[in-house]
Amino acid sequence: MATEFHNLQELRHSASLANKVFIQRDYTDGTVCKFQTKFPSELDSRIERTLFEDTVKTLNNYYAEAEKIGGQSYLEGCLACLTVYLIFLCIETRYEKVLKKISRYIQEQNEKVYAPRGLLITDPIERGMRVIEISVYEDRGSSGSSSGSSTTSSSGR
Amino acid sequence: MIIRKPTRKWEKLPGKNTFCCDGRVMMARQKGVFYLTLFLIVGTCSLFFAFECPYLAVHLSPAIPVFAVLLFIFVMAMLLRTSFSDPGVLPRALPEEANFIEMEIEAANGNVLAGQRPPPRIKNVQINNQIVKLKYCYTCKIFRPPRASHCSICDNCVDRFDHHCPWVGNCVGKRNYRYFYLFTLSLSLLTIYIFAFNIVHVVLREYRSKKMFHVDSLTPHCTVLEVLVCFFTIWSVVGLTGFHTYLISLNQTTNEDIKGSWSGKNRVQNPYSHKNIIKNCCEVLCSPTFPSVLDRRGVMLEDSSSPTHSDASAASTHKSSNPVSQTTKSSAPLIPNEHTPDEAKPGIGAGTQKSTSSPKGEKPPSPTSPNAVAPAVIKESTH
Repeated sequence: MATEFHNLQELRHSASLANKVFIQRDYTDGTVCKFQTKFPSELDSRIERTLFEDTVKTLNNYYAEAEKIGGQSYLEGCLACLTVYLIFLCIETRYEKVLKKISRYIQEQNEKVYAPRGLLITDPIERGMRVIEISVYEDRGSSGSSSGSSTTSSSGR
Repeated sequence: MIIRKPTRKWEKLPGKNTFCCDGRVMMARQKGVFYLTLFLIVGTCSLFFAFECPYLAVHLSPAIPVFAVLLFIFVMAMLLRTSFSDPGVLPRALPEEANFIEMEIEAANGNVLAGQRPPPRIKNVQINNQIVKLKYCYTCKIFRPPRASHCSICDNCVDRFDHHCPWVGNCVGKRNYRYFYLFTLSLSLLTIYIFAFNIVHVVLREYRSKKMFHVDSLTPHCTVLEVLVCFFTIWSVVGLTGFHTYLISLNQTTNEDIKGSWSGKNRVQNPYSHKNIIKNCCEVLCSPTFPSVLDRRGVMLEDSSSPTHSDASAASTHKSSNPVSQTTKSSAPLIPNEHTPDEAKPGIGAGTQKSTSSPKGEKPPSPTSPNAVAPAVIKESTH
C-alpha cells in the first residue's frame, strides 16, 4: 500500500518506523568514501531506481570532491603546517565545507523525494561514514505490523 | 533554579579512552609515558635555553636560540596535536546496523550444523584489482574498512590504523598520522640541533677559556646531561623518522608492515600504493584533513529511560566498559533519541548513536540468535 506523506513533519508524527536499509561502502576504488549504487530490494516498491541511484551518485561525487588531492589540498596542508595548524581554529577545512553541502543536499532530498515516499535518509557522517541508513516508514493507520526494531523518530521525545 | 549541565556525547562513548576539557581532548588511558615524553622534551630544551643559549647568542649568533625556540614550539604543537586528537576512531555499529550485518552473514553462511564451527566472518572486496579481505570486528560489530584495525589498548577500531604509541599516549591513525610524522621529524631536527650546539658550546668554551666571563659551575653538568639525552634520543627518534619516511613512500602502515600484509611472493601487492614515491608522500601528508566522525561535544538528548544515541564521532570516550550492552539495547522497545536528518546539525556536529546507557556494573547477556558466533571467540587485537 502506497503511503503518502506531504512533508517530513507528517512523516514523523503519523508514521512508525518499519525497517531500515543500509547502503554499504564501495571499496573498489580504495579507501575513498564511496557508496554502492546497487538498488536494495527492500526499496523496490517505495522509490524509483533512478532517483535512488542519482542520490547515491551525487553523494559519491560530493565525497570525491572533498577527498580530492590536488592544488587546493596542498595549499591547505602547507598553510596549516606553517601556522602549526592553528589556522584551523579560524577557518573551516575543505572537507568540513563539503560535509555541510552534503548535509544540506540530504535534507533537500529528504524533503522533496524521500519523505513523500515514506523514506528518510540519515547523513552517513552520523553513522561513521560507514553506511547510508534509509529508514522505511509505514503509515500508522494503515500498517498493523510495526517491526520490533521499534526505532521511532525522536521528534516527539 | 538548578541548571543541569548537559550530558555530552563523549561521556557515553564506549571504549577505553579518556577525555579532557569537556570532550575536546581525547587520549588513551595510560598516559604515564606521554608525561615522560613531555618532561624529556621540555626539560632538555629548558636546560638548553637556560645554559647554552645565552653563551651562543652572544658569541655566535642570536639566531641560534630563536630558531631553537621556533623548532621547540613546532615540536610541542605536533606532539599535542597527535596526542589530543581523534586518530580516526570508527564508531561502533548501532543495533539495527549490527543486526542487518548479522542477517547478511547468516544468509551468506547458510545452515551451520550443530557442533560445527561457523566459518570466519570475512568479506572479500576487490580494490584496484587485488582481493582484500575485510575482517569482522566482534567488539564493534562491523566489517572493518580496508586498513582499519582494532586497537586493544583503546578498544576502538581505528581507520588506517598505524600503531598505538605510548610515547604520545594515543593511537596513530588516519587523522593524526601526519602530525605524528611531523612530530618525529621535527623532534629529530631539534635533538640534532641541541646536540650539535652543545658540542659547539663545549668546543668554544675550550678555545675561549682565556676570556673573562662568569664561569657557571652548573653549566658543564647541564651540557653533559643534555648531550646524553640527545644522544640516546637521536638513535631512536631519527631511526623512527627514517622508518616512517620509508613507510610513507610505500604508502604502508606500521600495522601492515609488521603483519607482512603486502610482502612475500604469494601475498597481495599493496593496492593502495600509487607506485610513485611523490604521489604516495602527497597522499599521506597532503591529503585533506579528515573530520572526526565522533561527535564528542554534541549534546545528548535527555531521556534516561531509553538508550541515547551517541554520535559516531571519533571522539569516543570509553566510560562504559562493555560494548556488548549496546546490542542488548536493540531489544528495548523504544529508542526515542534517534535524530532524523532534519534535526541534525549540518556538518560534523550532527549525529546520534545509541549510547550504552546500561548500568555500568552489569554486563547484560548479549542477545544471541541461534547461528550467531560467540563474540568472544575471535577478537582481533592489534598493536
